[in-house]
This record gives sequence, structure tokens and C-alpha cells, in this order.
Amino acid sequence: MSGPAVEVRDLVVRYQGRAAVDGLDLDLPAGRVLALLGPNGAGKTTTVEVCEGLRRRDAGEVRVLGVDPAGAPDALRARLGVMPQGGGAYPGVRVREMLGLVAACAADPLDPDWLVELLGLASCARTPFKRLSVGQQQRLALACAVVGRPELVFLDEPTASLDPQGRRLVWELVSGLRADGVAVLLTTHLMQEAETLADHIVIVDHGRVVAQGSPEALTAAGADRELRFRAAAGMDLRLLASALPEGCTVTEPSPGSYLVEGSIDPQVLSAVTSWCARQGVLADDLRIARRSLEDVFLELTGRELRS
Amino acid sequence: MIPRFDPGTFTPAPGRGPLGRMLATQVSLETRLALRQGEQVLLTLVIPLALLVGLALLRVVPLPEPRVTSVLGTVLALAVMSTAFTSQAISLGFDRRYGVLRRLAATAVPRWLIVLGRLGGMATVVVVLLVVLAGVALLLGWRPDTGSLGWVLLLVLLGTAAFGAAGVLLGGTLRAELVLAVANIVWFVLLFAGGVLVPVAALPGPLAAVVMLLPSGALAEGLRTALLGGTPTLGQVVVLLAWALIAGGIASRTVRWS
Repeated sequence: MSGPAVEVRDLVVRYQGRAAVDGLDLDLPAGRVLALLGPNGAGKTTTVEVCEGLRRRDAGEVRVLGVDPAGAPDALRARLGVMPQGGGAYPGVRVREMLGLVAACAADPLDPDWLVELLGLASCARTPFKRLSVGQQQRLALACAVVGRPELVFLDEPTASLDPQGRRLVWELVSGLRADGVAVLLTTHLMQEAETLADHIVIVDHGRVVAQGSPEALTAAGADRELRFRAAAGMDLRLLASALPEGCTVTEPSPGSYLVEGSIDPQVLSAVTSWCARQGVLADDLRIARRSLEDVFLELTGRELRS
Repeated sequence: MIPRFDPGTFTPAPGRGPLGRMLATQVSLETRLALRQGEQVLLTLVIPLALLVGLALLRVVPLPEPRVTSVLGTVLALAVMSTAFTSQAISLGFDRRYGVLRRLAATAVPRWLIVLGRLGGMATVVVVLLVVLAGVALLLGWRPDTGSLGWVLLLVLLGTAAFGAAGVLLGGTLRAELVLAVANIVWFVLLFAGGVLVPVAALPGPLAAVVMLLPSGALAEGLRTALLGGTPTLGQVVVLLAWALIAGGIASRTVRWS
């Protein structure tokens, strides 16, 4: 059985004395998908570039497919597929030419024409790179990352400028890679993307890991569910509050809208509905919500906007 | 419509392509890119060609006879300078801006092969220019002196190396816009005051002394001498070699990939 695809321990990268990555750990098992999720400037791209061998680290241990990527040894790079942020191509090169060049670097590449067709680039196959839309450039960069049949793919914000169809396509592609045993490390600031694609999510901020786990674990951990319903405004909640188990509270955040917080289990639901029945009201819009990954993310990284 | 993939479509089969195929693909792509770009072709081919035809046929400027042979040395030097220095620096500056070097550095290509591929592309363009300019010169009545052709090829090779190293140094260290401005200004200054269009003998004394130490002066004077049947001076060969080594040495330490 093959070892882990990526192992990072205590990674530190400084720019002009400021730590962009500050003691970060990562583990990506072979054949799995890991999403690095974080706000702009969290250190995601820097971390990925260190793993790709494109950037030097100041401290820490990094192993990519069992090899130290520092100095980007030729033998390691041949096993990786890389999608740098913003792509990378000659300004005047045509889509098909660029993909052909990257394919020529691999021993047994995928068919470039098939990839061009698959990624919806057939209509611009002869368009120079600098005249492509950002989304088209991004799809070309994605094609370049997978054309060499790599064991491990790094995707830096693969869907940042794509329309919903393009995003779905990338998701399908990542799922296809995973199904065939390719490990994928992707960065994103889209919660839904991380939740949909990743086996394991690492939330980073200020160059450190602030939380990690499977999407389910992250949204469930320490997070109680909540129950909301609508009914007539200003109902007397004392009776309901006494019927609820220990630790649950009920409030009316806005008139007619009720919120039960705490450990929501079937007893709580039953207490609420039987209380409604006794009051002779129909609980409208009754729903039990789990914390979304977005809630977790905002809670951990703060709500202020960053440039 | 969202495609579904057959199992095994992406099964890993990593490995580096054959070195020869990688090099050939990159050289051919870089050559096509250089010959396809309008401004570059204007600079490297159309201007030298127009000067060759114009100066050979129109007797507006007094030149040693045979006129076409005198002019050929000038336009070969100009073509080498335009291709290896100006055009190379500008394309490198913008290639860095567009991240192509990082892109290639992230593939299985060894770094030395990326550099070799660039040089190969530049050398191929120089060969194409040599063939076109020499062909037109032949049509205009140039009768090559076979004894001098060895010198011509040596000077073109050294000139390409000297200007190429300076071009890589410029294009590999500054911002793209700055590269564009500097490379064009230098081209213009060297064309008129660097011994290319105006022979060193016609320049004022102190300037002439400086120009003899520039790759433009050494290359153009050397080529004119060789084509008219003479032997270039040792100084001209040494100047070109020194520029290639010094600029190349600095470039190998300072050039940034992005």
C-alpha cells in the first residue's frame, strides 16, 4: 500500500519577516481529496507552492509522495499535476498548443484533443491565451494539470472565476480523479466546494490550521442543531420551556418566528409539536437545521472582510 | 450536460516525456510564437529587409561597392540585435508576467531544458532571418566570398550569444512594461549611435571609442569587414565573447522566473 500523498509538519514560510505560514500541519492520504479552506491571505497558496517545490520554506518538514519537494527534483515533478493560480502560459500561445506542450512533457499523456473538448475549449482551441476569458484560462490550466496522468494533483482555486456549469464540470473532474485513485489537494474559499469534494477539510487562517476534519465532523463538532418554526406572534413560551429537556432554550428572535437551541433530539421535536397542538396553533415552516460549513468557517475566521 | 468518466480514465501513469520530444516541442512552439507576432516580425525581419532593399537599390547614402554587400553586414547585425536582444527581452518579460516559466517549471521538464528550449527558439529565428536576408541579398546581386562565410557565421553566433545574454538579463529581471520601454530605447540608440546603421568611422571620436566596446559596434563592423572580404579584428571577437560571458553570468544569478 502506498504511503501518504502529502505530509506537512510545522511549516513556516516568511515574507520579509512576516510569517505567511506559521506552523502548519497537513496530511493527505493517497487517493483522497483534501481542501484547504480559508480567507484571502490565509497562506493557502504559499502552502501549496511549497508542496509543489516552487517556493522555499523557512522551517518545517514536508514530504510529497514520500519526497522532500525542496528544489523540485525532476523525478518528483513528473508525478505531480499542478494548476497554479491564474494558470500560466505564453501570452500568444493557442489553447491547443499550450496543452500540447505540457502533454509532451509527460510519458503517457491523456489525449489533449479529448481534454480540450471535455473542458469546453474546442471553440477557442486556436485562440491566443491573452484573448481568453479568465474562465477559459482557468479551464486550460486545469487541463494542463491533469494531462500527464499524475498521481497527485494540486489545484489552486480551481473554480474561482468559473460559471456554475464550469464549476460543476470541475467537481465532476475531481470526483473522476478521486475515483481513479488520484490524490487531490485543492484550495478554495467556497464552502460548498470544500463540502462537496473533500474527504478532509483543513481550515486555515493567518497561516495556521484553525480546524480540520471531514465535512460532517466539522459541521457537527461542538455544534448543536437548531429548530425553527413560525406561528402567531407573542405566544407564551413558559410552558414550552418547561417541557423542553435540560439545556434547551426557546426564544422569539422576531415576532412570530421561534427558535429552539440546544441538543435537538426527537424528544425536543415531540415536545414542540405537542405544545403547538395544545395551543391549537399550526407550526409553520418547521425545520431542523445543522450548522453549515459556512457558519463554522465564519465563526473560526471572523466576519470582517479582508482585502 | 455534465460528462461522466469511465473508470480508469485518470488512472495514474506518471513519467517524464522523452527529452528530445520535449525540446523539439518547445523549440518549435517558441519559434512559431516569435514568427507569428506582428510587432516582433516587424522588428526582426521587416525593418532589416526594408533597409536591405532600400539601401541597396536607392543611392541616397554613399556606401562602399558592391552596395548590397556593404548593406548586408549592417542588416544582419540589426537582425541579430533585434531578435536576440530586443525581441527576446520583451517576450521574456511578458512570458514571466503571464507565468509561463512557473507553469513549465511545474511540469516534468528539467530547468536546463527550459532554458535550452528558449535559446533553441531564438537560434531558429536567427537562422530563418539569415536565410531570408541572404536570399534577398542574392537576388539583389550579392556574390558571397566563400572565404568570408566562416567569419560571418562565427560573428553571427557570437553576436547572438552576446545580445541574447543581455536580452535575457534585461527581460528576466525587470517588470514587463519597463522591459518593453528599455529594450526599444536601447534598440533605437544602438541602431543610430551604436555602430549599426552609421559606421563607427563616421561617429565622433569619443563616441566611436565607446561603440567599439559595444556588441552592436563589434558585430556590425565585424560583419561588414568580413562580407567585404576582410578579417574581423581580434578585438571585435573578444568584445562579443566578453558580453556573452559577463551578461550571461550575471543573468544566471539574477533572472527571476516570475
